[in-house]
Amino acid sequence: MISCKEAEEICNKAQYNEATFWEKLKLWFHIFMCKICAQFTKENSKLTTLCQKADLKSLTEGEKAKMKHDLQDRL
Amino acid sequence: MKGEKIMSEHALHPETWVDLYADYLFNYALPRVSDTEIAKDLVQDTFFAALKSAENYKGDAAERTWLIAILKRKVIDHYRKVNSKKGKAEIRINYGSNDESEGSWLEERVADPYSKQEINALENEELRMAIQDCISKLPKKQALVFTMKTIRGMDTETICNELDINPSNLWVMIHRARTALMECLNKNWFKL
Repeated sequence: MISCKEAEEICNKAQYNEATFWEKLKLWFHIFMCKICAQFTKENSKLTTLCQKADLKSLTEGEKAKMKHDLQDRL
Repeated sequence: MKGEKIMSEHALHPETWVDLYADYLFNYALPRVSDTEIAKDLVQDTFFAALKSAENYKGDAAERTWLIAILKRKVIDHYRKVNSKKGKAEIRINYGSNDESEGSWLEERVADPYSKQEINALENEELRMAIQDCISKLPKKQALVFTMKTIRGMDTETICNELDINPSNLWVMIHRARTALMECLNKNWFKL
């Protein structure tokens, strides 16, 4: 059986659809045995749902750098 | 001197504004103007205006609250400008142009103030600002990685190249960020 650390990593990858089928299978098997990771997976998935629902946007690093630069000019 | 005031006791730290508040302000402005460029300009204008009126900052409100108050006025000013250009608001209703809705009445098209959609919009607004608030409390690098991955949806390889880290570093940072966010949201807002 995989360790909790591995399970967490697969769970995190799964939030971004980057876990393979086998990884997910190993995760489910682990969760079946481990209450702590089961709870973690539940909350982690909820966080993903909330982030999607919130539809957050962000400025790019380039845009922020420009903002900083313009602001610095006026300091 | 202006500089002294800025550095004084209830100090403002303009050099940290962009890192700490730009995304927060941007997420506040964007749904209100529905245009990325305009929202970005409003955030920039807010920083400039804040700098100009730094002497009026009494330190009784948190820096961010003070910036949001300025941004609110900027949003209002924006709509004033837009409306004075247009003269009047335009209302278009394509009544009868759509076969499916033929025979429906105007009343049915008027928004119900208590409609589910609006309540959802309000909830989402709160949620959006709550998450953004928790993100801004993360260590800078974690916040950056989380934002690139989750909000901008960039792929792992691109982020690793851009930040010069390896994938296992990335997943460790994502893990720390997500754990901290869950805790922050749990504590301050909802039960996850």
